[in-house]
Parts: sequence; structure tokens; C-alpha cells
Amino acid sequence: MNILVCIKRVPAPGRSIILSEDKQEIITRNLGFTISPHEECAIEEALRIKEKNGGSVTVLTLGPDTAVEQLRQAMAQGVDEAILLQTDGKEWDPMATSKAIADAIADKDFDLLLFGNESADSGGYQVGSRVAFAKDFPFLSGVKSLHVAEGKAIASREALHAREIYEIDLPAAISVKEGINLPRYPSLPGRMRARRKEITILKPAPISGGPEKLQLRVPQGEENQVEVLGYGVEAVPRVMEVLQELNFC
Amino acid sequence: MNDFPKKAKVVIIGAGIVGNCISYHLAKLGWKDIVLLDKGPLPNPGGSTGHASNFIFPVDHAKEMTYLTLDSMKQYKELGVFTESGGIEVARTEERMEELRRRMTSAKSWGIPAQLLSPSEVKDLVPYINKDIILGGFYTPSAGVVDSLRAGTLMREYAMNLEALTIAANTQVLDLDVKDGSIRAVETSKGSIETEYVIIACGVWSPRIAKMAGATIPLTPAVHQMITVGPLEQFESTTGEIEYPIVRDMDTFCYERQHGSDMEVGSYAHRPILMRPDDIPSIEESPLSPTELPFTEEDFDPQLEQALALMPEILGDERAGIRYAINGLLSLTADGYPLLGETIEVKNLWSAAAVWIKEGPGVGRLIAEWMTHGVPEIDPHLSDISRFYDYARSNTHVKARTSEGYNKTYGIVHPREQWASNRNIRVSPFYMREKELGAVFFETAGWERPQWYESNKYLLAEFGDRINNREHEWDARWWSPIINAEHLAMRERVAMVDLSAFTIFDVSGPGVLDYIQYMTVNQMNVKVGRSVYTPLLYPNGGFKADLTIMRIGEAHFRIVTGAGDGGRDKKWFTMHLPQDGSVQFVDRTSAICTIGLWGPQARHLLQSLTEDDVSNDAFPYGTTQIIRIGGLPVRAFRISYVGELGWELYVAMEHGLKLWDTLWEAGKPFQIIPAGIGVYGNTGRIEKGYRLMGSELESEYNPIEVGLARPKVKRANFIGKAAYLKARSEDPIATLCTLSVDDHSSASGIDRFMQGNEPILNIAGEVIVDAHNRPSYVTSAGAGPSVGKYLLLAFLPPPYDIVGTKLFVYYMGEQYPVTVEIVGSRPLFDPDNERMKA
Repeated sequence: MNILVCIKRVPAPGRSIILSEDKQEIITRNLGFTISPHEECAIEEALRIKEKNGGSVTVLTLGPDTAVEQLRQAMAQGVDEAILLQTDGKEWDPMATSKAIADAIADKDFDLLLFGNESADSGGYQVGSRVAFAKDFPFLSGVKSLHVAEGKAIASREALHAREIYEIDLPAAISVKEGINLPRYPSLPGRMRARRKEITILKPAPISGGPEKLQLRVPQGEENQVEVLGYGVEAVPRVMEVLQELNFC
Repeated sequence: MNDFPKKAKVVIIGAGIVGNCISYHLAKLGWKDIVLLDKGPLPNPGGSTGHASNFIFPVDHAKEMTYLTLDSMKQYKELGVFTESGGIEVARTEERMEELRRRMTSAKSWGIPAQLLSPSEVKDLVPYINKDIILGGFYTPSAGVVDSLRAGTLMREYAMNLEALTIAANTQVLDLDVKDGSIRAVETSKGSIETEYVIIACGVWSPRIAKMAGATIPLTPAVHQMITVGPLEQFESTTGEIEYPIVRDMDTFCYERQHGSDMEVGSYAHRPILMRPDDIPSIEESPLSPTELPFTEEDFDPQLEQALALMPEILGDERAGIRYAINGLLSLTADGYPLLGETIEVKNLWSAAAVWIKEGPGVGRLIAEWMTHGVPEIDPHLSDISRFYDYARSNTHVKARTSEGYNKTYGIVHPREQWASNRNIRVSPFYMREKELGAVFFETAGWERPQWYESNKYLLAEFGDRINNREHEWDARWWSPIINAEHLAMRERVAMVDLSAFTIFDVSGPGVLDYIQYMTVNQMNVKVGRSVYTPLLYPNGGFKADLTIMRIGEAHFRIVTGAGDGGRDKKWFTMHLPQDGSVQFVDRTSAICTIGLWGPQARHLLQSLTEDDVSNDAFPYGTTQIIRIGGLPVRAFRISYVGELGWELYVAMEHGLKLWDTLWEAGKPFQIIPAGIGVYGNTGRIEKGYRLMGSELESEYNPIEVGLARPKVKRANFIGKAAYLKARSEDPIATLCTLSVDDHSSASGIDRFMQGNEPILNIAGEVIVDAHNRPSYVTSAGAGPSVGKYLLLAFLPPPYDIVGTKLFVYYMGEQYPVTVEIVGSRPLFDPDNERMKA
């Protein structure tokens, strides 16, 4: 069972997301970068399938040279191989991205392509289905549980007030959602192994004609309020009050 | 916001460990109307306290830092937030083992139980350590961890219970108002607060806040990396926060500290990652908190391997994950010490910055005492913010020194070690000549001063048989036997010493005599042309400074003090200037350079260059005159810190080189040599038993104990007089003594030479402590080439303060026999000062 997981390097934002003046980028001066949460789950799911069925897991990203950090993070968690489709740092649209991915894996035999349902920053929801189309694989999105065995995948996803369950033949492409599993942390030896591993670097050329980004917009978030109710036993009456206010008791 | 205070006695900015502790201690000392602000939420406003690893190792080589730590530990314990886990510093190299032996020396000096452990003994305490790669460990059973956030909350609660404190969280400081040089108000996002005092205790943000008032707090935010690995099966059965000793892997500059089911690994090994305070993200922008920045993995990677080698069983656990990893921000200063005290620029604006968790409560007490009584119990000279001169308060200097210093956090730092960065900031007019003569420059307060001259190496042939060679590399590091040769040549012939680093103040005006009397202990109403060496005291009668003052006019005094002390002394003198403008203060340091000309031939040499009479009758000891040397107007001052006949020659900077060349040329027939500060500051002075500020002289001791009390007390009032009179009426608790080392040979057969700060033990091998709980330790150590002994200065209480008493000094794990030579200030060399007064 050979699995490919496609991930994206995205900023790890603070309490609020600050956009550039032209609203084209997130200001990342103070931010670290991470893997989109859905994709972290895709990596975890791939590792679990491998642990059960054997085979290997390859992680792929399209992004700047610094995206090797995310590839190494995945390898620290147990991924075997990594491919970087290196860009000059500009954001590629989903069409160009999926074309580059499809080209890069054209001569490779993967039984399963895993994606995150959507990226954490641009949220295009497209790369998975576009790559599946290019490869002529069946595609299933929004998957919250997945079992792979004997050339088939049984996957389920949430629908309105219901759960849809699918059985599809492999090879297939699937995009998963956060909640499908709890991703592991990289271990210290894993991190050290990852440092020494080779990363395949390709430099695809972008194609034009895909959807164009006009601007970013920060959705209205909820205000978080933290109140310390007290310490130790003395806090109990206040905790009770709050629980009662919230109708928990 | 109706209840937001409009007025306060004191506003403390920053509710981290420092601000909280200051509010508590001020309240305890009776202060009211204290307002504590923070722009972040409570209890964790987002500063360095919130992400600190919170462990405390008490032993530091510096007494001041150790005492602050010990006081903090005591306070944390009283608050019930201290967990004693013990701590072990492990060595992977023999050089580090030697450093651990030195740690033992300091532990003994400062009264902290500690022991050296074999690798197996380390493993007994830390079963998951790989004992094969360590040579041993330095174990401090009293080390532990604290809950610093909880401590802060309790401190605030205490102050609130005394109805002394108002807390305003989520309140940003927008500006500081200064009027007539004093702080007046704090403008905040919630309104303006009129206040008498402001204390800046906001860690990495402190420079930015100080700048609002036109003041400087010279620190830089710097990254300290930390990861947490877990959950670990081995820790499953542990209870509480910590059960195993904290391990400091000193040679890799890392630490490993159990935290519940996790192991924290922190590093001081990576490249220095500095930040500007203005670039710290806001609370809104920060992923975690403003001081928990994104982890940069590549900086930490080398440490992973080293940590894994030390604790393979635990950190090699494939099931344990790296759950948390940050680039945590902390504050660094140019010399590694905190920045405490009133700022140089603005009256009543105080700094309490660059303080670590281990010092927080101690610093809280120190600042509160200082503000209340004018002096803290623990002498603050290392941390006093006014130690930094203008150049040293620049970003350039702070950046250079912190970049160099970061990796010394766990480094082996020799007490004489010199900085490499940002040198040649202040040089005398003789600098080029000194370079030509092979001067080895040491730095003091930016000044380049020759410590010795390689060109004097030839003197070893003449004097070598009277010089102890230092076989041990540590003892000989940053040292040369040439120093002792220069010393002996000076005592036989004549030497010139560059003293341009002196800090020189002129005070004058109609009110000057009253002013100078008030500042000093000794009688200053002397004839014009006379000088007085005098202590300056804190209000509690402890030492603030010692310096020499010349009366150079009826209403004109010249104050000469050391370069290292000049910043603090300037602050002290200027803060006490009368408000009525009757005294003018001028810092003349940059205008005047100085050469010390000393030795039996000094008079012959000087007389050959001047038409003025420099005989003993015309120019007696302790007086000053303007004479002409080769036509140059020179203020000559007959004084000596090395106990020789001679003069300090003060001349305008622009004449300096000419004066040097003139003395040099005329000195050749007298076999003149240039001598370095190694002679001036160490061998020469120690033979004479002269005291040094910051070594022997501290606020913790009074003039009687250091043997500097004069027979009479002047009628005029002066700072510390009441305490001084009281101390005179009592027997001293301890007296400063000069000791000599009887036998230098160590167990390995190599002679060893103490460097300072070593404990003095009685004949039973016990550390000597006086009735005020002050330990007896070596305040200065150095060769006395002319007396043929190696000398130590130390305070000794009865019954040990008797000439001839046999004691031990403890150095690098061994005891060496010593004898008390002198009790009090009588010099060992030339006890009646016949040479100086010849």
C-alpha cells in the first residue's frame, strides 16, 4: 500500500490574522508556519493505514524552499519520503497546483492519494478533486473515517443529520477532515531521522488560466473571554455559580 | 472605567514575577496607593514569566546574584510554591569537572550545601541518565522549581489585603510624562495616572517603555529555545510537578527538567537570536504569547542529538512526542546582570528589568528597600543600572556583548576573562605607545588599559627567581608573570602607569564645602592643595564608595574615582546636588588623562623635568600642585595606590602623548618601565592592603570593619553618620584581614593559586561565618612579589581576627593552609609608609 499525502505550508496565526494592505497576503512576520490541520490528519491517517497494511507513505507539498520544514515535520512523524514542488514563493492557484502535482506523480504508482479537505489559508477545496480528475481516480471529500483493506476503502462523512458511507476501489483520492483522528507528535528520534532524509525537489512551471485571487478577507471571529474563577477549594462556589448559569446543573 | 485610579504614589508597569513582587514588598514596607499595570491579562500577561522553565539553581560565582537567589528561594518557600527537587550540573569534559570544583568553592563560600558526584552517584539520583558519557556532577540538593505565576498572584493578593494595591490588567502604557527631570504621570489606554514614582518591570519591553520618558534600560530580548517531550512512561508513576533532579548538561549548554509526565529540554547553545523590543508582536498578533515565538527547528537540531545521548531511554522513546516547542524571549544585558535602580536620566523612574525567575522575589525586596530606605540589604553594585556609561547603553553595545555573552550562559567563564566585542571604545592618548610596547589590554568600563606589557618580558631574567610560576592553566589564564616582574622593577626603580581611565568630577560653587562634607565621611575642610581619601556611605552606614578628593580651590574640589565605579558614583553625587544651584558638577573624565609615576627614582626623574621644587618639603605626601613638565601644565598629586614614592600626573588629553614621551625619554637613564594595571590594581595594592570597591568595600560592611575609620569624627553631618557613630561605639562583627598562603601544593603536586571568592575555613575545616551570617571569603587575591608571599584579603570575625591565626582556604576541592598576617588596614609591605612619604 503506497500512499501519497499532499500538504500545504500555512501560517500558524495568533489571536487575530493581520492582512497586508493590499489584502493579498497574511502578514507572517511574527508567525510560524505549520501544516493545514486537515492535512495533519491526512498524514496521521496515512501512517495508521501503513502501520496496518504495510507499504510506504510519501508526503508532497508545493511551496517555497522553506516548505521543507513541513515535509521534515511529516517525516519526523513517520513519513518515508518527501517531494517538494518548489515555487518562487508566490501562491499558486488550485489549477496550477493540481497540474503540477499530477505531473510529478504521473509515473508513480500510488494506491491512495490523501488530501486535507481544504487548506487553512486560502480554502479552495479544489486541489484534491482536480488531481483525482487528472489521474482518473475516484474522489471522495470530507471524509471523517476511513478503513482500507484488500484494495478497497470504506469511508464515511457527515451529511446533514446523517452519515454517508462509501465503498470505493483503490486507487482513489480522498480528502479528510479534522477529527478523523488525533495526529501524533513527532518523537525526538523521529525528528532526528527526518533531518537526515533526502527530499526530492522538483521545480514545475506554473500554468495560467485558473481561478484568480482577488483579495483575502478575515472572517468575523468569536471573542474569547478568559476569567480565572479562583484557586483550589476556594474556587468551588464560583465554579458552581458558573455551571448553574450555563445550565449544566 | 470609573474606578480607574487618577492618582498614585507609585505605578509599577509589568505584572510579571518582578512587578508582582515589588508591589508586595512596597506594601509590606508601608507604601500605599500602589498601582500595578499590565497590558496583558492576569495571571499570565504574556511576558517571559509565563513561559519560564521556573527552576532555580542557587549557586552562582557572584555573591550578589547568589544572595538574590537565596532570598528568592526563601520567599517562594514561604508562599508555598517551591518544590525542592535537587539539581545536578553534569560534566562531559575534564575542563568542566574543574569548573564544577570551582562551583563547589562558590557553594561553600555562599553557604549552600553541595557535593560532587561520581557518574554512578548521578545515576542513582537520575536513573535515566547515560552515565557513560559523563565524568561527574555537581549536586545541589536545595535546587528546585517554583510556580512563578502563582507566586505573583499571591504577592498581589497580599498587597491588596493591605489595601495598598490597585491592579489594572489589559491596560497599555501609552506615554510617560516627565517634568523638570522627574517622572510625573503615566498615560494609559484607560486614562492618565498622576504619580510620584514609576517602576518599569516589564522585562523585554522595558527599553521601549523607558524610552517614553527619555530614559534607557539597556537590554535586548533574546531567544531561549525550549521543547517539551512526552508523555513518558517512566514518569507515569510520579506525582506532582517534579520528582527527579533537574539536570544541567553544562558542556552542551542544555538542561533537562522533568515536568509531570514530560521532559523539558532547554538550550543556550544555539546562535544568539536577538530581537528589538519594538519588534515583539502584540498580544493580538502572537500565536501563543508575545514572548513565545515560533520555534526555529534548525537552531535546536544539534541539541537534540546531545540530549538524546545523555538520556537515551527517555528521549529516545518513539511513543513520546515533541508536544511543545518555542523560541521563548528573555532579557539579556551587556554584562549578564540585571538592571536595577533609579534610571540615570529621570528622577523617580526606576528600573527592575533583566531579572530571571530565580531572582524575582529577591529583586522585589531589594527594589522596595532601596526606594524606602535609600539602600537595600544586599549590596546592588553588580546590578545597579547606573554602572553603564552612555556608550554602553547603546543598542550597538548591548547587541555586541549579548551576542558574545549568550553562549556563556552555561560557559566556563574565567574571573579575568575579557570581552572580545565592541572594544577600543575609550582609549587614552598613550594608546599607540602602549600598543608598540606590547600592552595586553584589559577593559574596564570601555577603557582599554594595559594589564601588562610584553615588552617587559626581559625583566623575567632579572626577577624571575622571585616570581612564582603558575603551573595550572586555570590559575595562569589571563595572567602573566611579567606583572610580578613589573612590580619588582617599579619597587626598585621607577614605572609609569596609564591611569587615564579614572573618572574625574569637579564640584565647585558657594555651597560646595557643605555639599562635599555631607557626601563624605572624612573631614573635607582642609587647606587648598590637600587631599583626602574618604569613604562614602549609604544611609545605613555601609559602603557606597571610596575615593580621593583634592581641594584645588577654596570652593573647588576634584573627585577621583575608579572607571568601574564612576557611573554609580556620578549618579550618587548628582542625585544629592543641592536644589538651589549653589554647587556646579562637571564630569572631567574625558578632558583629563593621567599617568602614575612611581618608584624610588620617581623624584629624581620628575625633578629632572621640572623647575618646580618636588622635594618632600616643597611637595609633601598627600598634596597637589600644578607644576610644569616640559612646559606642559600638569596637576601633580603626591599619592600612591601601590605604596611608592611618586605622583599621579593629570594633564589635558591633548597634552597626554607629549607628557608620556617626555617621561619616557627622561626615564631611560633611570631604567623606567611601563607598568600595567596588574601591578596597580592587584599586586601593588594588595601588598599595601588597599581596599577595592566592590571587592572588600560593599554596603554590607562599614568603615570600622574594613579598617578605614579615622580617630575622630567630623562635626559636619554626612550621609550615614548616625549609623557610622553607632558602628564606632560597638566592636566590629568582623575585620578585614590580610592572610598569606603557607603552602600552595595541591594533592596532584601542582601549586595552585586562589583567584578570589574562595571560602576561609577554620582549623576544623568549617566555613567561617560572622555574627551577621556573613561568610569569610577571599575578597581579593594576588601575589605580593616584594613580600614573597601570596596574599588574600578576607573579613574575619573573632576569634580568628588575630595575627598568626592558622586557617585554611578552600580552592578547587582542596584545603590550603593560610596565616593571618595583618588585622585591619596596616600594610604588609612598608607598614609605616616610609616609601610613599620619603
